[in-house]
Amino acid sequence: MRTSTELQADGAGSAGRQPPAILVRGLVKRFDEVEAVRGVDFEVAPGEVFGFLGPNGAGKTTTINMLCTLAKPTAGEARVAGYDVVRERDDVRRNIGLVFQDQTLDSYMTGAQNLRLHAELYGLQKDLVAPRMRQVLEMVGLWERKDSPVGTYSGGMRRRLEIARGMMHSPRVLFLDEPTIGLDPQTRRSIWNYIAELREREEITIFMTTHYMDEAEWCDRIAIMDHGEIVALDAPQTLKAEVGTDRVSIQTDDNAAAISALADRFGIEARVADGAVTFGVPGGEEFVPRLFAELDVPIQGVSVSRPTLDDVFMSYTGSTIRDAEEGDPGKYRSRMMMQMIHGGRR
Amino acid sequence: MSTTTTTPETAAAPRAPVVKVSVPEHSLASELRAIRIVWRRDLIRFLNDRIRIASALVQPLLFLFVMGSGLEHVTTTHGVSFKTFIYPGILCIAVMFTAMFSAASLVWDREFGFMREMMVAPIRRSSIVIGKCFGGATVASLQGVLMILLAPLVGVPYDLLLILGIFGLQLLLAFTVTAFGVMVGARIKQMQSFFGVMQMIVMPMFFISGALFPAAGLPRWLEILNRIDPLTYAVGPMRSLVFSHLSMSETARQTLDPGITWWGWRVPPLLQAGVVLALGLVMLGVAVWEFTTTE
Repeated sequence: MRTSTELQADGAGSAGRQPPAILVRGLVKRFDEVEAVRGVDFEVAPGEVFGFLGPNGAGKTTTINMLCTLAKPTAGEARVAGYDVVRERDDVRRNIGLVFQDQTLDSYMTGAQNLRLHAELYGLQKDLVAPRMRQVLEMVGLWERKDSPVGTYSGGMRRRLEIARGMMHSPRVLFLDEPTIGLDPQTRRSIWNYIAELREREEITIFMTTHYMDEAEWCDRIAIMDHGEIVALDAPQTLKAEVGTDRVSIQTDDNAAAISALADRFGIEARVADGAVTFGVPGGEEFVPRLFAELDVPIQGVSVSRPTLDDVFMSYTGSTIRDAEEGDPGKYRSRMMMQMIHGGRR
Repeated sequence: MSTTTTTPETAAAPRAPVVKVSVPEHSLASELRAIRIVWRRDLIRFLNDRIRIASALVQPLLFLFVMGSGLEHVTTTHGVSFKTFIYPGILCIAVMFTAMFSAASLVWDREFGFMREMMVAPIRRSSIVIGKCFGGATVASLQGVLMILLAPLVGVPYDLLLILGIFGLQLLLAFTVTAFGVMVGARIKQMQSFFGVMQMIVMPMFFISGALFPAAGLPRWLEILNRIDPLTYAVGPMRSLVFSHLSMSETARQTLDPGITWWGWRVPPLLQAGVVLALGLVMLGVAVWEFTTTE
């Protein structure tokens, strides 16, 4: 396990010497037989966008629930905004905003009513409610629709309203649990634009989970979680650089011959993926001319790609994130169990 | 309290400054506020839902006028109209059904997510439960007022003290029934299951309570069931209260309102009401406990 716990110096902006926004030490959560989170450690600097990446059932939501004081840790310690999640629960809650996977809006009420109820629930000062509401609603582009019942909102609008609501009380840390799950690509992009703007405007630390690799790119740092453990933690670029190899895939008439020729001549272990012979190699672009010159098998086409987070994920967990979600019945079972415990999410 | 700190925007100049609010520290005021919010939300929902108000009237009206008129000629009620006789019981069940529906909104909120918004707010879960029980009690009593208005139709004259008394009893019953519903609903995650369970519990409670018959001279098994049915202790005082404002023969009074007895001892109506209150408080306690121990 390669876990860098030191605070990131760049990218997070004015982190300085401030205490970490989130500090987690040896956090464990056990549900009867299942150990959903098995001792994780990390720190998130103020102003950072920190992502938890992993397949469903990896323990991301359980970790978030512990950080948000919705679940009690079995062991270990966690501090959010400087407060202990068990002993100073109310102080943690005052300082965090939450956007869940499942919608938690009252669809009978209008957008504005939902925000007003939130303001009241958190005891915000009355004369600040209206201007703050306008600000957060404008930020997510819902000011014009504020008086429509939430029931008439689209999925993307609801998510935006939830983000606005999560920001309503100026939290120091905003938790986003799969903020774009179930949304179409265009809406996902717009949600990310809102989050980017939010980050630019407000002094806020963002902690999010996702199982979309492309979204993890938005984070300053990501932790890859698998089977309840953090298997890697760093900036996305660093993680990709650590994979070290570019992905080369070639189309040939005879894949089997190409694979054995690659093994004989270059000592490269290749395999067939999507009908093309694929392998990893450092400095892929420089390697291609050698490949054409020295490989006996005729090549029809070639493509070289930089490592993606998918490759990173694969190198740490041995499977793609999709396979990890589909292939492991044990994990699926434990996920079902967690759903039962957390009250069935659809 | 919150402070107005408007931080100057450094990046884009034309933007308005960020309105920064802060959440006050947790205090008793936070909890009272939370109770009020939950309570008010129930009330607003109820008042906005005319169909629900109307539909909740159907069942008691059926019992009162259809069954009441139908059975009038085959029951001996010593000169008192059968409708008048069952009126106090109907006052109770009208409230009971509405209170149950109110408790159901808790399960609804959980199934459709809104509960989480309240669960992560800087408030105790007990406040949510208490607010809910107050909300259910208020809403159901309002519904009960509609039934009180029908009094002259079944030969019960309007009387301020009587109306206040009925309202008070209905409020008490509604509170207890809501607490019961919340207690049952605390661990149920789906509306359908909740209504299934409720149907299984509410209908027997209603039939056994003596809302439709006097709770004396019953077969032994029914008498035992009747005495352990909480609703009995709401119907009992309600009937005594309504009958005390009516003139009828002594025979009629003794037959129709024999009172509730425990091993031959006649339980005073006030104590019966006390039983309802005590049960309500115990169930509220259980509901709070359930809510604070689930994750």
